[in-house]
Amino acid sequence: MLASRAFSLVGKRALSTSICLRAHGHAGVVKADDFSLPAYVDRRDVPLPEVAFVRDLSAQQKALKEKEKASWTALSADEKVELYRIKFNETYAEMKKGTNEWKTVLGGVLFFLGLTGLLLIWQKHFMYGPVPHTFSDEWLSAQTKRMLDMRINPVEGISSQWDFEKNEWKK
Amino acid sequence: MRRLLARRMKFHLFGAFLVSLGCAAIYKFGVAEPRKRAYAEFYRNYDPMKDFEAMRRAGVFESAPPK
Repeated sequence: MLASRAFSLVGKRALSTSICLRAHGHAGVVKADDFSLPAYVDRRDVPLPEVAFVRDLSAQQKALKEKEKASWTALSADEKVELYRIKFNETYAEMKKGTNEWKTVLGGVLFFLGLTGLLLIWQKHFMYGPVPHTFSDEWLSAQTKRMLDMRINPVEGISSQWDFEKNEWKK
Repeated sequence: MRRLLARRMKFHLFGAFLVSLGCAAIYKFGVAEPRKRAYAEFYRNYDPMKDFEAMRRAGVFESAPPK
């Protein structure tokens, strides 16, 4: 109920703004926001973006643009580079160049892994109780003997590592 | 910049094919073949009755106690 009331208020406000502008007549074109105009992008798969990089040219650059309309052989190398930089932000080489971000990422990951390790050590020392009695050495050796007696995994597993004739682990 | 997608795609298709083939080959010759050999070796001269008697003597059976 409240939400619909608020929504209708917003709607009324937007409606009144556009009506105002239309009423003025001469200001029939709303100033377009930057995000709704075609934009410049540095992307490998967009070789010719929709607009040039530099939007507002200085006087010097405007003069250069005039010179560009004449024969291009008259342009010096520096002027050609300047014209390129007006149109494009980065060259393909600059675009494709890698960053060193991976080092930061790897460092962060390892750091937090280490922090977690410290946390686990603290937990084992201060928080957890003793392990069950079935982990004691006597129990484990009795358990292993029973597994060998039963010939558990005789082909590739534990019983294949025991020499039953000599009664010892295979070398 | 010509045929940007085609070049990339060719490279990656080739690579993916080789990588998957390589993985299959490594598994076959690293895991599958040794396992088959191990089983063949085990069962070549296997005497189940002898094995059973050894297990019975160790006392692991409930229904077949050691004599």
